[in-house]
Amino acid sequence: MSRKLVIDRVTRVFPGVNGGPPTQALMPTTLAVDDNDFITILGPSGCGKSTLLRVIAGLDTPTQGDVMLDGARVTAPGADRGMVFQSYTLFPWLTVRENICFGLRERNVDAKRQDEIARHWIGKVGLAGFEHHYPKMLSGGMQQRTAIARALANDPKILLLDEPFGALDNQTRSLMQEQLLALWEAERKTILFVTHDIEEAIFMANRVVVMSARPGRIKADVAVRLPHPRHYTVKTTPEFSALKAQLTEEIRVEALKVA
Amino acid sequence: MRPLWGQRAREARERGGPITPLKPVSRARKVALGIAFFVIFVALWSLATFGGFVSKTFLADPLAMLREGYTLFAEHGFLKDVGMTVWRVGGGFALAALLGVPLGIAMGAFKPIEAFFEPFVSFARYLPASAFIPLLILWAGIGETQKLLLIFIGVFFQIVLMVAVIVGSTRRDLVEAAYTLGAAPSGIVRRVLLPSAAPQIAETLRLVLGWAWTYVIVAELIGASSGIGHMITDSQALLNTGQIIFGIIVIGVIGLVSDFAFKWANQRLFPWSLA
Repeated sequence: MSRKLVIDRVTRVFPGVNGGPPTQALMPTTLAVDDNDFITILGPSGCGKSTLLRVIAGLDTPTQGDVMLDGARVTAPGADRGMVFQSYTLFPWLTVRENICFGLRERNVDAKRQDEIARHWIGKVGLAGFEHHYPKMLSGGMQQRTAIARALANDPKILLLDEPFGALDNQTRSLMQEQLLALWEAERKTILFVTHDIEEAIFMANRVVVMSARPGRIKADVAVRLPHPRHYTVKTTPEFSALKAQLTEEIRVEALKVA
Repeated sequence: MRPLWGQRAREARERGGPITPLKPVSRARKVALGIAFFVIFVALWSLATFGGFVSKTFLADPLAMLREGYTLFAEHGFLKDVGMTVWRVGGGFALAALLGVPLGIAMGAFKPIEAFFEPFVSFARYLPASAFIPLLILWAGIGETQKLLLIFIGVFFQIVLMVAVIVGSTRRDLVEAAYTLGAAPSGIVRRVLLPSAAPQIAETLRLVLGWAWTYVIVAELIGASSGIGHMITDSQALLNTGQIIFGIIVIGVIGLVSDFAFKWANQRLFPWSLA
């Protein structure tokens, strides 16, 4: 296993608004992500987990510390880090296929190759037949699947997901988790997935990183040794329940601090 | 008396009676209601004039108006006036849009450009265009340049500011998504800000075209030898209210037609914003 991503003592302090005191969103945070890891970052709302993900994506600058991807320092957003947001961020003026090709077009990939890649990912995320639909005509789950395909079409080194299923109903959410997991099992991507849902965090990950309430810091780093391929029935096994009980306790303490 | 609340009202809601808020109407009913207004309007106008409640000197009756309209086209070459006015509106508006839209986009996209232009444009926006008429006559005479300039002054600054606001309010998460997909700044402007703002910019232009019509008539009321506005001033001297009303109605009809054309084009150009 090789180190894919290294987060080295990253802090983020937001300046005070209207002369108020500055807000420390992130305490010095250090995390190493290996190749093919599927890490979920679990924390109560407002704990700085999204801030951490935005820093890795290059959308936010750390106050101190560095993020290194394959040994190179992250300074700006780039196609080597795919991101899927909680809000629906498909470009409404582009069809599903055009959305998936957006990054390829920005990098001047030739049309024939674009077509191959788009076809591949449309098949992978189960959107065949919807290539020429506009985002408005799709359900929330389909939109997020398109967003995942759009990020993966760029063949990023790491896929960052910021509560991508947060706005979906429970049933859709479970299905999406299974699909993303199957995708990871097949493609062996490196994934960093932010969530506040404990079951979601355990089900997909090989490591769950628990963050404390604001100011955020890493509180626990729990390995998940459930076998692959994982079926949704794994959620009813004693091992799963034990992990869930452990993490519920960890999160509860943090949630109480801010509640 | 029917109760307005309780059982009956609830039933009405469940059936979807006509008083349900935001309930859509069928296409046929929508058209019928729209036409009904004009029917009622003409009926009241007829009642006021044919019924002798208003003197003919102040308000011509609908039939007299139509007769005057026919005379205008048949004997006074009114078609040429209409053509001149349409040309002026089109020219002044196109000039303002061609310069104003790119400037607005640049201001919306790049904050230093906005900081440089915004205070002046905001100031200029409040300058009443009609107050420029004496100056414009001095500078440009009473020819076509003066008319085009007046319309330009009237709508250019509005276009710039509205386009800048539209572009500046592009959804940040779309811009961020584009960055994480590898877009460069020029790609953000051309392939995120522009397509995202396009439908609203088109809608703004539709709105502003209406204002251009106001300014062209103002320009033609003062110092013009052709155009609908010129005909209206001429008719005022002759106390021909039929012609004045006909002229106003022609303006309204042309405005309505251009509005429909804009709406139609927007629906064809931006199908994704409606679906």
